[in-house]
Amino acid sequence: MSVDISAKPSKLRWGELDEDDGEDLDFLLPPKQVIGPDDNGIKKVIEYKFNDDGNKIKITTTTRVRKLAKARLSKRAVERRNWPKFGDAVHEDVGSRLTMVSTEEILLERPRAPGTKADEAKMAGDNLAQLGKGGAVLMVCRTCGKKGDHWTSRCPYKDLAQPPETFIDKPAATETAMAASGATKGAYVPPSMRAGAERTTGSDMRRRNEENSVRVTNLSEDTREPDLLELFRTFGHVSRVYVAIDQKTGVSRGFGFVNFVSKEDAERAINKLNGYGYDNLILRVEWATPRSN
Amino acid sequence: MRPILMKGHERPLTFLKYNREGDLLFSCAKDHNPTVWFADNGERLGTYRGHNGAVWCCDVSRDSMLLITASADQSVKLWNVQTGAQLFTFNFNSPARSVDFSVGDKLAVITTDPFMGVTSAINVKSIAEDPSQQSGESVLTITGPTGRINRAVWGSLNKTIISAGEDSVVRIWDSETGKLLKESDPEVGHKKPITSLTKSADGSHFLTGSLDKSAKLWDTRTLTLIKTYATERPVNAVTMSPLLDHVVLGGGQDASSVTTTDHRAGKFEAKFYDKVLQEEIGGVKGHFGPINALAFNPDGKSFSSGGEDGYVRLHHFDPDYFNIKI
Repeated sequence: MSVDISAKPSKLRWGELDEDDGEDLDFLLPPKQVIGPDDNGIKKVIEYKFNDDGNKIKITTTTRVRKLAKARLSKRAVERRNWPKFGDAVHEDVGSRLTMVSTEEILLERPRAPGTKADEAKMAGDNLAQLGKGGAVLMVCRTCGKKGDHWTSRCPYKDLAQPPETFIDKPAATETAMAASGATKGAYVPPSMRAGAERTTGSDMRRRNEENSVRVTNLSEDTREPDLLELFRTFGHVSRVYVAIDQKTGVSRGFGFVNFVSKEDAERAINKLNGYGYDNLILRVEWATPRSN
Repeated sequence: MRPILMKGHERPLTFLKYNREGDLLFSCAKDHNPTVWFADNGERLGTYRGHNGAVWCCDVSRDSMLLITASADQSVKLWNVQTGAQLFTFNFNSPARSVDFSVGDKLAVITTDPFMGVTSAINVKSIAEDPSQQSGESVLTITGPTGRINRAVWGSLNKTIISAGEDSVVRIWDSETGKLLKESDPEVGHKKPITSLTKSADGSHFLTGSLDKSAKLWDTRTLTLIKTYATERPVNAVTMSPLLDHVVLGGGQDASSVTTTDHRAGKFEAKFYDKVLQEEIGGVKGHFGPINALAFNPDGKSFSSGGEDGYVRLHHFDPDYFNIKI
């Protein structure tokens, strides 16, 4: 909407205006004009009004009339479209705004990422299968960065590399995974030979890292990764804990991520800890939404 | 999609109904005025004034000329859809819970609640073509089920009446004699009161939603259980897409506990399920109270939901909805 104030007082004098203030001066105004809607659905309504200072203002309202859908309406429906209003709708004032278009974009929220199958979710329930599978992904050497070959603690290049500053939780996670790999060690099947391995492993790995990931927000500044691990460990095996730290100030940014080995555990943790009072703040725990790339 | 919000009712919504062409949407609420809206842009066309209590249910005739509403003021009223004029009032001695026009609009089935010693009943009334000749006499009255009968609809060819209610049993009655023909198997049936019942577009099967947190799909003719859709909240409303094999369930926690818990815990979403695979497709959020009513536009391209929050939300689907894959 644009409002042009035409400063010319036209025939009307300022003095006159003040005298008969409050009187209806609408007869002095040009009539309301409605232009369109044209081919593009642009409709213009031009109105003239006096504002509080007695200036004549021109109000141009440009609206776009748009059909919501290419609806093939029946004759009867078209007829109904022109029915006069009745009941309470007759005296409906324009400002009442009974019908509004949501300002929020609402999406059909998928429970799983499109393309994932339900049996994968079930597989997560099967602890052993999950760990056996997960082992392939978890087995990333932090010293040399080699994937799927050996664990960090058995890295042949361990002595060469500077030991990285690890948090307490990280070895713990490795241990967990180690135990798992130990359990399935007797019958080790390389990832490429396993059932369901025909998927492109690269993308699969990336996704699995994000699976069962829980976002924790509203953390206090003092919370560090070991604290989070302590808190979440009670619900099941935790494969990763991460607290976002501001790089400049070194202060926690108040949120973090916890990855669980099994989906059920993550779900229980969410149910239990969402709204949990921690360090005099109320935690918000929810599924981490996968990154959109 | 950006839903259209319609705030015409001051009290919780109870029922939503599209006319056959899908250009009008009728809404009933616990305030006393059923309302009709244009289903494309959500503009209010009119209200039907005359009821003196909550309006629980409505139905519209095939030619979109006659509206029937069931109200807690112990009456069922016939209205002229176009003018909002009251044409006839059926009086009962207990609140009316649901109404349904038969195929051909010659009959209507009305259920009434148990009230002050009166038991619940299913009444069949004949609907005169000329409203001035309308009589209030019942053609048939069926009693038997205990507790409220939350919904009764016509079976195929008007030969049967399907009812469901608080006793969590689905029943099929002979619409001529009032004899009980079939009862749902309590083994596989609902365990808690059934809140809603919707027929498929072709009437071959129907869906019931229950407070036992599930919805079940039944065969209309044999009353065999076809599918079960499990959710984590009580189901207040169900509907089926006439276009795709989608089932929509609406519900949420008990209305009395809404204000005492976090809104995120309420799960006030309309949940989409695949009709065949029984798998959840997704959820549409928005209401800040439980969903009490759901209706699919007969063209399958939009649906509306009515909540305890008093809003009707009209959703026109985005194009990508129509090629969702599981």
